[in-house]
Parts: sequence; structure tokens; C-alpha cells
Amino acid sequence: MSAREFFQRLHGIDAPLLERVLAQALARGGDYADVYVEFRRHTSIHLEENLLKETGESVALGAGVRVVSGEETGYAYTNDLTLDGLLEAARTASAIARGGKSAAEKLSPREVASRYAAVEAQSDGAWEQKSAFVRAADAAARASDPRVQDVSASWNDEWRHVLIATSTGELVADTQPLFTFSVSVIAQANGNRQAGWKNRGLRAGLEAFTVAEAEALAREAVVQAATLLEAGEAPAGEMPVVLAPGTSGVLLHESVGHPLEADANRKKLSVFSGRLGEKVATELCTVVDDATRPRLRGSLNVDGEATVPRCPTVLIERGVLRAYLQDRLSARLMKLAPTGNGRRQDYASIPIPRMTNTFLDAGGDNPDEILRSVERGIYCKAFSGGQVEPAAGRFTFSMHEAYLIEGGRITRPIRGATLIGSGTDILQNIVAVGHDLVMDTGAWMCGKGGQGAAVGVGTPTVKIARMTVGGRR
Amino acid sequence: MSGHAELAARWVERARAAGADEAEVMVNESTHLSCTVRQGAIEALTEATSRSLHLRVFSDHRVARASSSDLRESTLETLVRGAVERARLASPDECAGLPEAAAAPPPADALGLFDPAVAALTADEALALARETERIGLSLDPRVGNSGGAGFHRGRGQVWLVNSRGFAGSYRATSLSLSLYLLGASSGNEQVADYWYSSARTRAGLDLPEAIARTTVERVQRHFGARKVATQETPVVFEPLAAAELLSDLFGAVTGEAIHLRRSFLAGALGERVAAEGVTIVDDGLLPGGLGSRPFDREGVPTQRTPVFENGVLRNYLCGAYSARRLGCQSTGNGTGDGEAPSNFYLAAGPHAPEAILASVARGLYLTRLLGQGVNLVTGDYSRGAFGLWIEDGRFVHPVHEITISGNLRTMLAGMLMVGSDLDFRDQFAAPTVKIEAMTVAGT
Repeated sequence: MSAREFFQRLHGIDAPLLERVLAQALARGGDYADVYVEFRRHTSIHLEENLLKETGESVALGAGVRVVSGEETGYAYTNDLTLDGLLEAARTASAIARGGKSAAEKLSPREVASRYAAVEAQSDGAWEQKSAFVRAADAAARASDPRVQDVSASWNDEWRHVLIATSTGELVADTQPLFTFSVSVIAQANGNRQAGWKNRGLRAGLEAFTVAEAEALAREAVVQAATLLEAGEAPAGEMPVVLAPGTSGVLLHESVGHPLEADANRKKLSVFSGRLGEKVATELCTVVDDATRPRLRGSLNVDGEATVPRCPTVLIERGVLRAYLQDRLSARLMKLAPTGNGRRQDYASIPIPRMTNTFLDAGGDNPDEILRSVERGIYCKAFSGGQVEPAAGRFTFSMHEAYLIEGGRITRPIRGATLIGSGTDILQNIVAVGHDLVMDTGAWMCGKGGQGAAVGVGTPTVKIARMTVGGRR
Repeated sequence: MSGHAELAARWVERARAAGADEAEVMVNESTHLSCTVRQGAIEALTEATSRSLHLRVFSDHRVARASSSDLRESTLETLVRGAVERARLASPDECAGLPEAAAAPPPADALGLFDPAVAALTADEALALARETERIGLSLDPRVGNSGGAGFHRGRGQVWLVNSRGFAGSYRATSLSLSLYLLGASSGNEQVADYWYSSARTRAGLDLPEAIARTTVERVQRHFGARKVATQETPVVFEPLAAAELLSDLFGAVTGEAIHLRRSFLAGALGERVAAEGVTIVDDGLLPGGLGSRPFDREGVPTQRTPVFENGVLRNYLCGAYSARRLGCQSTGNGTGDGEAPSNFYLAAGPHAPEAILASVARGLYLTRLLGQGVNLVTGDYSRGAFGLWIEDGRFVHPVHEITISGNLRTMLAGMLMVGSDLDFRDQFAAPTVKIEAMTVAGT
């Protein structure tokens, strides 16, 4: 059942009803209003200690009404999807409106082609399949190395119907699948215990994952834990850093992506405020945010405020700052076009500028030559996350699996450590970009203002001339 | 409101009738009021009420769970039937089940969790508090001239918990918070940003706008002209907010779940003197007015005061019903039904004035903010981004940024040689100033 049918048949929510809600939202004035109706079903299954520990299912149903008046936003949400419940939310949201003359336009439904058509992962028989994934991961991990002490594996999926109506006449529905499979292992040798983990996350359903992939991820997690058993202390201080393709895109996400969100720039809270058209990076750097890729974690047919992303957004083009990540509000106030980055966690959240799939575009360098150019440095292969403080652009990211580079070769594994830098310096310090762009398929979640969002990251092999490595030696 | 107690009891019965051996239902209802004011204008004002129901069922020691924010009969019926059926998928686990019937929890009113004055706060009052905080903040120093906004949040909620072993409890609570984020720059230097906040359960417990504004401005000012330092091993003094963050990392290492899964560097260390002698760390669910206080946990077990470290010795892990059965101990009232959650988890105040701690450092870092993840609870390895003030001869000499601090949580605990007297409960994790003898500071 399509999202539009779902809300119409099961909840009686159709265009005429939403027009009444929008009219109520703008009854006291205001420039713009929207209604976001959401149904979300989430299921999970978790295995640990050889046991299938538990299964879970949850349902969320609610709607949020927003009224924008100048720079001010009024917001209300409710679990009551009756006309009365929605009108009440609209009245509450309109409290901030003072004057203004906008009237809600007649809604015209818009169809969007899906970038992630999927089979609902919650049909009959799906539980057996999900159980098979976690059991297969457990068996594969234990079989691959006797040092494996424990394995935990889980599957989570989400099936989300959204219906968004705006006072500017848009009515868009979308069905957004999402799954996350993760496996984590503990390996032990000589009293040393180390964890290895791998995950996979795509905006897709059950059809996009197999038992064989679950097994492969489990074996990779074991190799990672085993590698860490051999790892020595990470060094401390400034040195060259080479990023492996794929997951290292989290560095771009933190150092460049967040500081390029339009709200921070509009309010002059970012190091990149007021710098459109300036050269902010070496010419090797082209950074793109792209919601239009099929089935990646951050892919979207429509953002959280009815903007349909049509093409990739080039944020930095050969070193020159070209665009910010826009939502409707910031775009209007900055007199720029929305880029389809107005995302929201759920019906209880106001849309804000967020990344989708963000990557550093491929360059022309040979990855092997990049490694050979480093006399002594770090090769980062897997990360456990990062954080940025956009005002000065200081960011960290935490390596989980990394190696020393000595004499142009990867020599020994090192234990996890945090890297710290500043976004503007990093961009000036990217001195080689490989031709091997990989979009990561890991289950990245990005947090901002208390809202979580599934995102994609990607990068080719990259050399950063110098970064501070937070090891102990 | 009693409708929700009946709703919970009814679905416990329905789950039993559908075939569950045991069932537990929690119903939540809460209202939220929040606003952000920036440069004097309302950036956002949100008001809402939300409801949800959460169910756990057990059949032959197999568990399944479900939850919904759609409380209509048909939806709940489908979810409950589905959960009872799904329980068969799980592996039997003799430790799985509801907690044994326990002593009655303390009366909720004695904990000071609900303040009618907070519940009655209006949107206009919320906006006035945020406006006042930001206005003062932007008036104190011409160099601190930009604002990320002042935020106010008020929550008011009630919980009803019923299970098939005869537990039925309910409590209501309020909370409010007020925060400010400011930016500034001294001539020629890069932008510096910092924040400060207050949160409480009662209106009287909230700091005044002026106090929040002044502290925020001081926190920005002290970082003007920051630079990196050379890589070295030095003492690190955690100021209370940073120390509270360290406590939140440590919490993950003392939960029953982390211990029985051996995913903590503290597994098997019960009874050992792991930390320095002056270190006493407590989880106290009964702290009057505490942001983490509650009469009973998510499984209906009464909360308590649990010493985790006593004078450096690891005394207790924090357990829910499942972990307690696994580890052969009692639930400490930290159960979530899916692991453990803290109540008020804090490092108890020590004998040292914060000034005396500073004066004891010949050369080292005073840590004011942490950035990023970088904590591995399996190994205890700790490596995080940091901001702070550099100390020479017991005095601040200049601010520092773009550095990391690293160590191992076990050695950090053993190295907590001075614990301050300035414990301040700003959140459910709290700590006074604390000095760690030696960590690696990585810079240039």
C-alpha cells in the first residue's frame, strides 16, 4: 500500500482534510505552514552468547504542524490523527504568528519516482529470515577463529510512511525503508580482550541483504578484533594521515559537512560563514552531498519538508566553496534555493539542514603511490565516529582500526585513538586524493540538535599532510 | 489519569490471555514546552503532548517486546498478539523474566520529582526566561557578540507501570532547563564558542538567567587566544562538567550487562582497589529532587543508593533483574528491561578546594571541554579531543585547543589523586573537580 493510500484508508487523511489543517495553521497570520504525518514501524532481533535474546516491534504514529512567520517557527505535534487532534496542533503551532497575509494554496499531489523501492521487511516469514541473518553471523564468527569469545549480532529495520503538505500547495508522500545489520565480536588472547565490529545499513528492505553477507561481515569483524590483539600503542603528536577509502568519509562529514549546514552559516556560527565563492580547500577537493543515489542510507525521494532533491549538491568544487546545505527557512532568509536537505528525525522534530550522502569526489592519484609517499604516519581503516564544534571548525574522529606507515609501507596495527583537527586546516592539508572513491555501506547515524538521521559517507584514499594523533607513545 | 493505570492493567491481562506466562506494561504521558530565542527573536516554540505504551511478554523464559504511540485498541491488539507469538522465536534463557516481587517503592512525593510551579509554566514565561538569559549574555563583553541562542525546555510527565507479578506503580515528574550558547572573538583571533546551562526538577532549583549568562560569557572569554601545546605527559585536572562526562563514560563499564558479557575492563574486578583511595562513586536513585531520581526503575524494582566505588574499592555493579540473576546478586533498581540506566551517578565530593588542586600542578592541563568519542570500554582505552587552560606553577597561563588527551580508564581511576569539594548536581551525572596524575596530551 502506498503511503498516500495508507493514510487515506486507515486514518482518513486526505488533501481536503490537510487543507483545513493548513488553513487553521495560518489563521492567525504567518508566511508558511506545513503538516508532516508519519507512520513508522520498527522491528529488531538480537543475538548474543549463542542465544537469540529477544525480538521487538514498535509502532509510532503522529503528526507535526509547523508555522513560520519571518524567522520564527511555531511547532506542535500530536499522536491524535483525527481532524480535531490535527486542528488543535495547528492552533498551538500558530501561537507565534503575528500578522502576515499568507493563505494556504490548494494542494496538488505530486508523484515522485522512488530511489529505494523495497519489499517490506515486516511481512510474514520475515522473522525467520532475520533470525537466519543473526544466527549465520554468530556461527561464521565462531568458526573463523578460536580466539572468538563472544558474538553479538542484531538486525533492525524501519518502514516509514510520510505524507507532507505545505501551504505552498505541495502534497508529497513517500515510503522510506531502512535496515541496519550489525555484528560485534570479542576476541581474547593472553588476557588481552579486543572488540571488532562491522555493520551494514541501506535505505532498502529485506531483499537487499543475504545470509552470505551476514557471514562475510562477521568474518571481517573477527579479523578486525584479531588485528587489534596484535596492536601496539598509537603514537601521539602531529604526523601525516592516510585515510582508507569508504568509511573515512566520516572525516569529511564532520570537518566540512556540518560546518556547511546553512543554519550555522546564516547565523554566522560557522568558520565557513560568508565565504561562498572563496577558495577554502586545495584544488584536489570536490565535496558533494547527494540524496539522489539509489538505496544509500542518506538517500531520499523527498526531504522532511516536501523538497524533492533533483541532483547532487556540489558544496566545494575544486577547492572553491559553492553551496551550503539548505532547508526552506535558511534558503529563504539567505535568498538561495533549497537543496533538499531539510530533514527531520520524526514527527516530533522541526526540519533542520542535514546531510544526506556526503563524499569527497575521486581524484587522480594512485592509492599505492599515496602510501609510498609517507615516510612515517598513520593509515586509518575504520572509525567509530566523530564530532565537530562548528564555530572554529574543530573536529575529532575516532579510529578503531589503524596502522603505522613506515617507509611508505603499512607495517603494524595500532590501538584506537582520536584524531583532532580544524576543518579549514584539513582542507588546505589534503595533498593527495585517490581515484578509488568508495561510498561506504556502514550504518552511520548523525546527531544534531538532539535529532538523529541516517546518513551516507564516502571518500577515495586521501592523504592529509599533518594531523594531531591522540595516541600515547 | 487513572485511565492510564487501567489501560496498563488491562493490557497485562490481555497479554496473559493471549498466552504469555508473564507480562509488563508501561504507559507514559508527557507534555513538552520548549523554545529557542536568538538575537531577541523567537527561533522556535514547540508545544506537544505525547503518549506511548511499552510491553514485555515472557513465555517459557523467552522474551519479546513491543511499543506504540498509537493507543487504539486494534493497533495494541495486533502488537500484543504479535509479541506473544514472537516470544517463541527467542532462545529459552532461565534468567529472563520479571523481577521477583520486591519491597514497596518509596512514596514518589518524598523524592521531590514534581513541582506544580514547573508544570504550570506558560510559553510566555519560557520565552521571557530565554530572552533575559540571552540579553544579559550579549551585554557583558563587546567581544562576545554572537549567539547560537538561549534555549528553554520544560517537561511534565507521568509513568504507569503494571506487571503480572502484582506490581502496580505510578509517579509524575517535572523538569526544566535553561541554556545559552555564545560566540566571540578577541582581535585577530578565531571565533570561540561555549555554552552553559542549568537543569532542575523544581522552579526554585533552576539557576537565574543572570548566573547562566555570566558563566557562559566567562567560559567564552577564557578561551580567547588559544593555542596548541607540545605533546607530553602531564597531570590533567578535569573541571566538574568534564569530570561529569568522564563519569558517564565510566557508567557504561559498571553495568551488569557490560560485566556479564565481559565487555568491560572492570569485569572480574569486584572487591579490588581499582581507583585511588579518595574515589567514592555512587548511584543514588533516592537523591531528593535529583534529575535521575525515581521511586522505582523501568522494571518496578525500588531504587536505592548503591556505592559503586568506596574509597577506591569496586564494591557493586549496577544491575537490572536479568543481570542480577546472571551475576548472582540483587537488582540495584537500575533495570531498563534491556540493560541498565543510571539514576544519579556521581563522584562524591572530596576534601580539596578546587584552588588547591590547581595550585598543586606544576605544569599540566585544566580540561574544560571534551570532543568526540574515543572510549573503548572493553580495554579501557581512552582518547578524546580536548579544550582547556594550560597550567604552569599552579596558575593558568594560556588557553589550549586542538589537542587530545589519552590514557586508560583503569590507570585514570588509580590516578585520581585529588578529588575536589565542589560537587554540583547539574545533571544525572555529576562530579567535582578531579585531578588525574598523568595522561598523554597530544598537540604539536
